[in-house]
Amino acid sequence: MTLTAFQGSLELGIIYAILALGVFLSFRSLNMPDLTVDSGFTLGAAVSVIMSVSGHPFWGLFLAFIAGGGAGCVTALLHTKLEIQPLLAGILTMLGLYSINLKVMNGKANIALLNKATVYSYMEKLIPGDYARLIFDVVLLLVVLSLLYLFLKTRTGFVLRATGDNDQMVRSQGVNTDLVIVIGMAISNGLVSLSGALIAQEQSFVDVGMGIGMVVIGLASVIIGEVVFGIKTLFRRLVAVILGSILYRLIIAVALELGMPPTDLKLVSAVIVTLALSMPVINKKFSGVRRKYKRLDPTKKSPS
Amino acid sequence: MLEIESISKTFAKGSINEKRALQKVSLSLQEGDFVTVIGGNGAGKSTLFNGIAGVFPIDEGKIVLDSIDVTFDPEYKRSRLIGRVFQDPLKGTAFDMTIEENLAIALAKGEPLGLRPGLRKKESRKLQERLELLEMELENRMKQKVGLLSGGQRQALTLLMATIVKPKLLLLDEHTAALDPSIAHKVMSLTQKFVTEENLCTLMITHNMKASLEFGTRTIMMHEGQIIMDLQGEERKNMTVDKLIAQFEKRSGTEMDNDRMLLG
Repeated sequence: MTLTAFQGSLELGIIYAILALGVFLSFRSLNMPDLTVDSGFTLGAAVSVIMSVSGHPFWGLFLAFIAGGGAGCVTALLHTKLEIQPLLAGILTMLGLYSINLKVMNGKANIALLNKATVYSYMEKLIPGDYARLIFDVVLLLVVLSLLYLFLKTRTGFVLRATGDNDQMVRSQGVNTDLVIVIGMAISNGLVSLSGALIAQEQSFVDVGMGIGMVVIGLASVIIGEVVFGIKTLFRRLVAVILGSILYRLIIAVALELGMPPTDLKLVSAVIVTLALSMPVINKKFSGVRRKYKRLDPTKKSPS
Repeated sequence: MLEIESISKTFAKGSINEKRALQKVSLSLQEGDFVTVIGGNGAGKSTLFNGIAGVFPIDEGKIVLDSIDVTFDPEYKRSRLIGRVFQDPLKGTAFDMTIEENLAIALAKGEPLGLRPGLRKKESRKLQERLELLEMELENRMKQKVGLLSGGQRQALTLLMATIVKPKLLLLDEHTAALDPSIAHKVMSLTQKFVTEENLCTLMITHNMKASLEFGTRTIMMHEGQIIMDLQGEERKNMTVDKLIAQFEKRSGTEMDNDRMLLG
C-alpha cells in the first residue's frame, strides 16, 4: 500500500470514527439500534455544504451537529412518547429526513463546492506542510473523544448507560428515562451529522444518497473495535471504536488495492459486520466440532 | 404515610380477557408500619404494588404518599419517595455496570440530571461502608460488574440501593422467592435490619404464610383484587398458619389449594 493510500485511509478512518462513536452511543450504550444515521449523515453533509457555499464552513460544522441532534430528538420522541419501537422510529425519521435533506439542498440531488473555502482550505493556509488536514481531524477527534468520555462519567452519563441496560431500574431510581433517551439520541445523531459535515467538506461535495449504508459502516467499526481491541473499561471501549474505524478503512483500502470494485464496498462491509457479530458463535461451534472429531479418532487415547 | 383510597384497576376492559385486578382497595399505613401482604396467584398483590409505584395509571381512586397526592404522577417521579425490590434479581440493577456505579446512581436519587461527576471520591468511601453492612465481602469487589454476582448478592445490592436514600415507602415484591433458602434467610435478616434501623414504612409481599406472620407488625390478605383480611395487634399475635388458612377459606369462599403458600 502506498503512503498516500495509507494516509487517506487513516484520515477517513478518523473522520468516520466520529460517526462510529455516535453509533456506539445509540447501539451499545442506549441499546437502541438507530437507522436515523443513514439520513442524518446526509443531513450533516447538506448543512455543511450549504453553509460553506455562503462562506461559513466552520458554522456549517456546528449547525450540522445541531441539526443531527434535532433528528435524534425526533426518533427518540417517536419511541418514548408514541411508543413506536426504536428500529421503526429510526426508519421513519430516516424516511422523512430524505425529503428534508433535499429541501436543505434546494431541491438539487447533489452540490459541488467547487472553489469555495472549506475548513480544510482554512487549515491548509494556517498550518504549513502536508499534514494540515490530518492534524485538524485528529485534534477534532480527540476533542470529541474527551468530551464524550467525560460526559459518560457524569451522572447523566451513568443513567444513560444504565438505561440501555435496565430502564426499569433507572425509573425506580427516580430518573426520567424518556428524557435520558432523548439526550442520548440527540448526541449520537449530532456526532453522526458532524461526521457527514466533515466528509462533505473533505470531498467538496454532497450527494443526497451518500448516507445510505452508513449505519452498517458505523456498526462494523464498533464491532471490529470490540473484537480486536477489547471492552474492559469505558475508555478502552471508546478508543477501540476509533481504532476499529481506522482498521475498517484500512481493510477496505487493501481490498480496493487487490482489485475489488468500489461498488462492492457495501457488500464487503455487510460481510465484515456479519463475521464480527458471529465471532462468539463461530468459536463455540468450532471448538465443539474439534472435540467431536478428536473423540472419533481411533489413534488418540480416549479420555479416562 | 401512605393512604390508598378506593383504587381500582381493570386490564383489557370489555374484552374477553378482562381482569378486574384491583377493586376499590383502600389501605392506610403509618410511618414505621411493616405490613406483609399474602394471597394466591392473581389476587392483585403485584398489581397493587405497580399501582402504588405508578407503573400504570389507576382507573379510579387516590394515592397519597407522605401527604403528597401522587395519583397522577409518572413512575419516575414517585420513585423518588419509594424504594423497590423486585422478585427477579435481574430487575433491580444494571448488570453491565459496576457495583460502585450502580450504587452511585442510587445515592443520587432525587437529584436532577446534570453534568456533575457520577461518582465522587467522597461518595466512594461512603458506598464502601454501606456495602460492608451486607457482610457479603462485596466491598472488595466494588469495581466488578454486577453481572458477575449471584442472585442473592444482587438482591442484597438492590435492597441497599432501594434504601441508601431513605425512602418514604419500601415495596418488597417476593424479593427472596427466587433465592435458595440459606441466602433467602440472609436477605430477610438484612431486610429486617434495614427496616428496623431506619423505621421504614414497608409493604412486603410473601408467599410464605409463616414468614408473613413472623415479620412485620400487620398482615393483609388479598383475594380477587380486594383485601379480605387485615390482621393487627393481639389478633395477629395469636394467629397461626392453620388458623390463617381456615380464615382465608371462610372469607374468600374457596379452598386454599395454593401449594406454594401451604408448603412454602
